[in-house]
Amino acid sequence: MISIFKNRLFWPAAILVVLLVINMFTSRQFVTVQDGHLFGTLIDILRNSAPLILVGLGMTLVISTGGIDLSVGSVMAISAAVACLLIQDLDDQNSVGPVLLIIGIAIVVSMLMGLWNGALVAIIGIQPIIATLILMVAGRGIAQLITDGQIINVQSGPYATIASGFFAALPVALLIAVAATALILLLTRRTALGLLLESVGGSPTASRLAGIGARRLTIMVYVVAGGLAGLAGLIYSANIKSADSISAGNLIELDAILAVVIGGTALVGGRFSIIGTVLGAVLIQTLAVTVVAIGIPSEANLLFKAVVVVALCLFQSPTLREKVFGRLTPRSAAGAEVTA
Amino acid sequence: MTTVDMTPVTEKGAPTNPRRRVYRPNAKYIPIIATLSLLMIMYSSGVANYENFGDPSVFVNLFRDNAVLLVVAVGMTFVILTGGIDLSVGAVISLTTVLTATLLKGGWPPLVVLPTVLALGALIGAGQGAVIHFFKVEPFIATLAGLFLARGTALTINQESIPIRDEMWKAISEYRIVLAEGVVTKPIAVVALLAVLIAAVTLAWTRFGRNVYAIGGNADSALLMGLPVGRTKIAVYTLSGFCAALGGVLFSINSTSGWALQGNGLELDAIAACVIGGVLLTGGSGYVWGTLLGVLVTGLIQTIINFQGDLNSAWTRIIVGVLLFAFIVLQRLVTRKAR
Repeated sequence: MISIFKNRLFWPAAILVVLLVINMFTSRQFVTVQDGHLFGTLIDILRNSAPLILVGLGMTLVISTGGIDLSVGSVMAISAAVACLLIQDLDDQNSVGPVLLIIGIAIVVSMLMGLWNGALVAIIGIQPIIATLILMVAGRGIAQLITDGQIINVQSGPYATIASGFFAALPVALLIAVAATALILLLTRRTALGLLLESVGGSPTASRLAGIGARRLTIMVYVVAGGLAGLAGLIYSANIKSADSISAGNLIELDAILAVVIGGTALVGGRFSIIGTVLGAVLIQTLAVTVVAIGIPSEANLLFKAVVVVALCLFQSPTLREKVFGRLTPRSAAGAEVTA
Repeated sequence: MTTVDMTPVTEKGAPTNPRRRVYRPNAKYIPIIATLSLLMIMYSSGVANYENFGDPSVFVNLFRDNAVLLVVAVGMTFVILTGGIDLSVGAVISLTTVLTATLLKGGWPPLVVLPTVLALGALIGAGQGAVIHFFKVEPFIATLAGLFLARGTALTINQESIPIRDEMWKAISEYRIVLAEGVVTKPIAVVALLAVLIAAVTLAWTRFGRNVYAIGGNADSALLMGLPVGRTKIAVYTLSGFCAALGGVLFSINSTSGWALQGNGLELDAIAACVIGGVLLTGGSGYVWGTLLGVLVTGLIQTIINFQGDLNSAWTRIIVGVLLFAFIVLQRLVTRKAR
């Protein structure tokens, strides 16, 4: 089992290393120290992958229970819209206390969005992909209503800090992502929570019969995914110092799902890898940077992403097939297709 | 609508008590009847509230304005009926428009360009279907890769909007079909309606159509019954790719241009139209007629918002979201009752 696990992360890791090595040669500054901060391409990659890492973490938890969350991009837009609207009305946009409070409010709003998703999935029993499609479609409309279709600009120092600030020589955005990763790793791998999530993903009925609060756990992962998406939305909007309800988090749900899949988490649920998702998110961001760095026009980025997805899927496919045909009955193979 | 009822869904609504003569629609028709009622309520409230809404051209224009979505949603219906999903359709549209415009600009004869781009769309779909079937990659991921591939290729070919100056394209674009006094429509609307008709007939009265329902109902049973599961699966994705390419051609005719950002997010509109039209996303249940109604409902929302004038266009998305919610809950209740 350990060798299979290694195998699953081997290809993504290898591609990431190759991409980073390419960057090391193409970029003028890979890692340098400037004014006591770390700068360079590597730091940029890590800083810019923070939103995707956060969204990917939430997505991993949701997928581990056999669900999926398409609404993360819309939640990002709503969270950014709420935060920027409130900050805009502040008397002093640079006071730290109110800004922190507003960040808290935005995250709570995002968690409520997650609660809506979770309730649809766990209580009404709607297929996750459809349940979250509702908020994906309506959410961006809600964000547009909040901002009245305008792009809200804010000039808040404390708010900008969460995207572009530095703490202890490292970017704050990266630290937030690392902290979130560490917290989730701790909660899922040092407590029984991870095992419970996997059991819910493996079979909700069996886990309910075994006395696991499957319904409560399912709602919880959507709430967490919503909160993390909201945080990602704040970092995204703090980076551009504005709320753009059209482009904020546009298509990020696809990137996040991609990161999760690259990380070796099966979309059918029942098994997940937090580190794998982080690896996948950084890989996607590195790919975007590398494509530009080696002089290929940025519009070809999508093409490269497609090649990477296809390659990874095919590399991972033999183990998948072995798993499907070797250990389990063909029934679950067909089930895997249907749930997707 | 009732002409198409030859689906291999078990007839559970058979009358058990002959004395009760109250008309009860079969459970499988409830979503479609709900959509039809909604459409009629929306239309009549539009007629009641706005001047000129009752003009036949308003209704006829729905088909013209939503021709592309209609064609794409028809292809999507087949995919969803097998229990799959196709995220690549919007990107295939953009690739088709860009390729059409580029080839026509390069002096290719239009009668060569047309089959070429349609075949390419079908080929992309077939490729996705093959990856899904042979490598057991989830449809979501495989078509996501298709989305990246098609839009990436389109962007690589040209990022700018390319005008089409070809005579044939222009002639079709400017051609008007007069239905009645003051009611005109475009050829693209006719093509879209033809697509619906052909799809409905295929789904109801051909072996392929029945296979699609059987696979969506239960892929394992279908396999055990000896149905060609793999071939059918690849065929539905091919069909969806073809429909997307056809949608792209209609788009390029309508706008006489090709642009790589065309059709962004159209896949979601198509999925939403299918769901509102009562196509079950788990597969095995639904009709092309439902999808047609779903497209008309979303189109009518847009029309009403245009007539209202002072409403933010963001409301379109919110109302579509609310309708999605209502119909999904309705489907849920119906399927629960049927069980």
